[in-house]
Amino acid sequence: MTSSQARSAAEETLSPNGSSPEVIKAVKLRHPWRNIFAALVILIAVLFIIDAAGRPAYDWASVGKYVFDPRVIGAAFNTLQLTIYSMVIAVILGIILAVMRLSPNPVLKSVSWVYLWIFRGTPVYVQLVFWGLIAVIYQNISIGIPFLQPWFTIQTTVALNAFTLAIIGLALNEAAYMAEIVRAGILSVDKGQIEASTALGMSWSQSMSRVIIPQSMRIIIPPTGNEVISMLKTTSLVTAVPYTFDLYTRTRDIAVETFNPIPLLIVASIWYLAFTSIMMIGQFYLERRFARGTGFEQVRKTKRRIADKVNNHG
Amino acid sequence: MDSVMVRAENLVKSFGHNTVLKDISVEVKRGEVMCLIGPSGSGKSTFLRCINHLEVLSGGRLYVDGDLIGYREKNGKLFELKASEAAAQRRDIGMVFQRFNLFPHMTALENVIEAPLRVKKQPKAQAIARGKELLDRVGLADKFDSYPAHLSGGQQQRVAIARALAMDPKLMLFDEPTSALDPELVGEVLDVMKHLAQSGMTMIVVTHEMGFAREVADSLVFMDDGYVVEAGNPEDVLTKPQHERTKAFLSKVL
Repeated sequence: MTSSQARSAAEETLSPNGSSPEVIKAVKLRHPWRNIFAALVILIAVLFIIDAAGRPAYDWASVGKYVFDPRVIGAAFNTLQLTIYSMVIAVILGIILAVMRLSPNPVLKSVSWVYLWIFRGTPVYVQLVFWGLIAVIYQNISIGIPFLQPWFTIQTTVALNAFTLAIIGLALNEAAYMAEIVRAGILSVDKGQIEASTALGMSWSQSMSRVIIPQSMRIIIPPTGNEVISMLKTTSLVTAVPYTFDLYTRTRDIAVETFNPIPLLIVASIWYLAFTSIMMIGQFYLERRFARGTGFEQVRKTKRRIADKVNNHG
Repeated sequence: MDSVMVRAENLVKSFGHNTVLKDISVEVKRGEVMCLIGPSGSGKSTFLRCINHLEVLSGGRLYVDGDLIGYREKNGKLFELKASEAAAQRRDIGMVFQRFNLFPHMTALENVIEAPLRVKKQPKAQAIARGKELLDRVGLADKFDSYPAHLSGGQQQRVAIARALAMDPKLMLFDEPTSALDPELVGEVLDVMKHLAQSGMTMIVVTHEMGFAREVADSLVFMDDGYVVEAGNPEDVLTKPQHERTKAFLSKVL
């Protein structure tokens, strides 16, 4: 019997032949310490807020003035773009790297391993500085057949601006971590699944894309949500490229002009928090979408139904 | 048309130093049902998995419908098949697993039409019509849109049988199809298999269901320790076993 059937069977025992067994009515166990702690926490929070509201160093007037400053909004938008673009590239590249790592082809396996070794083995800040200096290392980018006259040459500084370099730097570093997350997800899928799809005559790549990867999503999404939130904050390092129009660098630059760093730190934090909150909501819906068919998606609904029934009887 | 569907000649299969199949030679005729019995570890499942090349043989030759499985033979030399050629061979061989192995993120109908759509490139309407017909045939006309997690084990296994049939296989392999089922659900799966056998499908069934073997099988093979110990008419093997090992095994399971 599957677990969902077990649950519905449990619901039905509440009313066999219309006559329900007696519902337990007991005095609820009291938790006095929980209440005391809750009161204490609320008290501390209220005291902190009252104190913070009046403390001049926070300079709430400036926070209000700068939180919707066009420069700050623009910077927040830039940070969001950096996060989204680099994460999209990182997820795609991460899936490719993970599939390469698990493929039967030893060449692809080695390439993926070496990529991980380099990009996971060096700090992202160092990598970003390197990307910033790429124009010094390679003055021109040429496309063509090696050792022959190139078809096309462009100056590196023209082809790649700081924003693009920041995205490349963040994405390539993140792809190494995403590859490991995806690999763990793929390995979590039961071996019988690839056997079943192979036995049906599906190719390895069909099995991966249609059977294995969709199932591994349930494992992959929660840590990926973490990575997105982490990436949002890592974008504050792009000043190493140097790209200076992200949220943190921009607010810091404004603070340098005003000699008043604390309210602008609060402004940046407000924006970062707003973005991460939205991302957490998105993650919730994504997780629910990929829980399809696992039996997990029903739990919440069933729990509520059982609770309703119990309440109706009481 | 050759009347032999599966011909195994001196099959050997080793995993490292562990030789699981030591010398297996059997023949299954077109339209015949062969049941494989034997103690666990005797190599029944491995033999079955070799037939559709899920396991690579270490020795011997295996032919399905006249085609050498896994290799091409040219001037006495064997050449490994390309992955796409091996997949093409598997396409015509349906397999049903002990643990069902349905795709949990797809509904019953999606499970059944997946391979016809992706592998055979059937038009969607045709695949759906055929899928519904097959699910109806295994008694699941009301479960098209159910996910495997919401089906009983017996229902899941029947979906798995429909999924294998959707590829119009010429041979069906069953690897202990009822061993993971609650006792009261075994019958519904065996019924479907019985009907399939009556419809003329060639089947090889690894099973512990002696009643099914006796009733449905045309031949019964008892395997032990990587060898075929005894083979023949099910009634004869079950009631008048010739070998001590067969007797010992049957006395435990009957």
